[in-house]
Amino acid sequence: MARSTTQRQTRVGPASPDARRAGSLDVDALIADRRTGIIVCCGSGGVGKTTTSAALALRAAEQGRKVVVLTIDPARRLAQSMGIEALDNTPRPVTGLDEAAGGHLDAMMLDMKRTFDEVVESQASPEKAQQILANPFYIALSSSFAGTQEYMAMEKLGQIHRDAQAAGTYDLIVVDTPPSRSALDFLDAPERLSSFLDGRFVRLLLAPARGPAKLMTAGFSLITNALTKILGAQFLKDLQTFVSALDTVFGGFRQRAQKTYSLLQADGTAFLVVAAPEPDALREAAYFVERLSEDGMPLAGLIVNRASPAPDSPLPAEDALAGVGKLRRDGNGTLAAGLLRLHADQVQLVERERALRERFATAHPQVPTVVVPALAGDVHDLDGLRRIGELLAASGGSSTDRSD
Amino acid sequence: MSDWSKVRLHVVTGKGGTGKSTVASALALALAHQGKNVLVCEVEGRQGLARMFDVDPLPYQERRLTTGLPDEDGGRGIVHALHIDAESALLEYLSMYYRLGRAGKALDRFGVIEFATTIAPGVRDVLLSGKVYEAVERNSRNKGAIRYDAVVLDAPPTGRITNFLNVGGEVGGLAKVGPIKTQSDTMMKLFQSPRTAVHLVTLLEEMPVQETIDGIAELERAGLPVGGIVVNMVRPRDLSDDDLAAARAGTLDRSRIEAEVKAAGIEVTDALLDGLLHEAREHAERRALEDAQRAVIAGIDVPTYELPRMAGGVDLGALYELAGLLREQGMA
Ligand SMILES: Nc1ncnc2c1ncn2[C@@H]1O[C@H](COP(=O)(O)OP(=O)(O)OP(=O)(O)O)[C@@H](O)[C@H]1O
Ligand SMILES: Nc1ncnc2c1ncn2[C@@H]1O[C@H](COP(=O)(O)OP(=O)(O)OP(=O)(O)O)[C@@H](O)[C@H]1O
Ligand SMILES: [Mg+2]
Ligand SMILES: [Mg+2]
Repeated sequence: MARSTTQRQTRVGPASPDARRAGSLDVDALIADRRTGIIVCCGSGGVGKTTTSAALALRAAEQGRKVVVLTIDPARRLAQSMGIEALDNTPRPVTGLDEAAGGHLDAMMLDMKRTFDEVVESQASPEKAQQILANPFYIALSSSFAGTQEYMAMEKLGQIHRDAQAAGTYDLIVVDTPPSRSALDFLDAPERLSSFLDGRFVRLLLAPARGPAKLMTAGFSLITNALTKILGAQFLKDLQTFVSALDTVFGGFRQRAQKTYSLLQADGTAFLVVAAPEPDALREAAYFVERLSEDGMPLAGLIVNRASPAPDSPLPAEDALAGVGKLRRDGNGTLAAGLLRLHADQVQLVERERALRERFATAHPQVPTVVVPALAGDVHDLDGLRRIGELLAASGGSSTDRSD
Repeated sequence: MSDWSKVRLHVVTGKGGTGKSTVASALALALAHQGKNVLVCEVEGRQGLARMFDVDPLPYQERRLTTGLPDEDGGRGIVHALHIDAESALLEYLSMYYRLGRAGKALDRFGVIEFATTIAPGVRDVLLSGKVYEAVERNSRNKGAIRYDAVVLDAPPTGRITNFLNVGGEVGGLAKVGPIKTQSDTMMKLFQSPRTAVHLVTLLEEMPVQETIDGIAELERAGLPVGGIVVNMVRPRDLSDDDLAAARAGTLDRSRIEAEVKAAGIEVTDALLDGLLHEAREHAERRALEDAQRAVIAGIDVPTYELPRMAGGVDLGALYELAGLLREQGMA
């Protein structure tokens, strides 16, 4: 697989020879750079991928880029405020943003099954497509096979990218990724899907459809007999129909997955890994960072989202707790006791999160990072997204802390 | 007295990251008292239990994990753990119920096992939930196995739980007759009975709460028994409602705080007071949002339990603490 070697300053992977601390991630520089054509936000479940993608897309649009953001399962209210409640698989313009800089923003919500169906419809004859779409195995594959959603996100990205290049509609595509259990699923799913379609069992099932039955080995009929015994004859019949039908569109799948994969490795792509300041999420982020560099994919940086805001006063947690103890013993000062306990909690949380981040940074010193504090409430409208955008950009820009 | 004393199978679901594995583990600890044997299973292939209890990755084999939370008389039970993966479950199932002989080996050689456990619609779920069923309803086929007083399942997230347990549906459609059909019908009898409870873990945030509501509706449609709601990572509630309202309005009495902090033996500076007031305001804002979600949850007619956010993270000690809180509130 071809590896991208040209890396800009903001895109240094962990394998980079320059092993100094990369400092802060400059999000504004990333979106201002016209060469950035695709931004992929990935990370484990619930860390803020959708929010971050939408916030970045909005910020880029208001700074003059022509942006489309491809979101997956946004929270209901967020989808409403972006005007994308309808799952119709086409980008819709987002209203209410500041277009003075000449940019605009379209958004869409990915309908995984629809995207899969569209691929089948575009590859097979109408009758054949109908046959595939109605098959129970196809339905399972297109709606619940682990990794299908990831594959479809890539498929849709490929489509939008081709269309945008042909029509000049967008100069930046921001991609959200599915709420996978692992961030790696996003990279592994297409391979898993193709290797499934290329698996031995599938090839054997295809054999009778392809030619003389001489490929039907003795072992194979043993299996079909066993399956019939356990699952009934219809099961096998459905399966065979599915596999032979899918064979028609199968070549297409592989090729497209391959194309999108190389698109992800291309120079105009930037991966942003989103994580919560928690051990699991940061561990996932570390796997992902390593994997991106192995696969030659351009990593722009790490976003540590929903960090506990640092307390304003420097009073140490132990002192605050000692104070709480004294107030409780003396039986007075319930308000101060409450406030001091909150403060101690906050200090502890922030301290723990800092230690976790520090550990990540020690193992991956080359990954530029930005920390986004948790807002008091959900992010469900354009103002909220703007606020996140500002926070994302806040710690960037200063080249001083990147120099050494 | 536990709210779920008749329940043998506790299924713990919830939106991703809300604390399913944490709650399942704490619940298992809480259930394991007075010599009771409790099994906690995971099915997502993530080894979350091993990490939680700080042991080596779990095999497809029941392992003694630790002793449970003692009751007042110091009576402890034992928590066992099992990591269920679909391939092992299928092989075990085949050897338990079919004598396939050569065909069994051929299945593996031709990639059928892999195929069946990844793509065949619903088969994966039947295999995983089938093993859970087997652990609850031990029969003579599994010789020498422990009979558990309770089984806790660290289950797939809310969005997938109904499909996961509703094994009659999808597979039944494909294998309309035959042994798998009979098998999944028997499993459904347990899953739909009062001996099963599906508990939902949520945070006091909009999306997890919405997902909980949707999940409950879906479970009810499928005739699956809804258990309790566990509200996890709740912020401390040390301030009175009046003080919270004042904090939000920015009208907390500065001189009162100043006097009280002094009484706490802490040196008062303007910066400290400003800081505490600011922190109070932020906290009060979050609390208002939490309270709004708590009100939504209160509108759901299901027993509710609350667990605090542990400022230092969840280690083994914290798990026992959470277990104690679940037991105190009657969940175990
Ligand atoms: N910095 C923040 N401050 C406050 N709330 C936030 C922040 N970032 C995200 N959120 C909230 O956290 C929740 C989860 O965020 P989001 O949906 O973006 O996560 P995700 O990674 O896309 O989740 P999933 O994996 O389920 O798709 C949302 O309610 C969102 O509003
Ligand atoms: N009460 C709590 N206080 C503090 N941290 C908690 C609490 N409950 C869970 N956590 C932490 O939150 C994170 C997610 O918890 P957990 O792994 O139990 O969630 P989950 O729902 O099983 O996640 P997944 O969907 O990824 O399986 C973990 O880091 C865990 O330690
Ligand atoms: Mg999302
Ligand atoms: Mg878990």
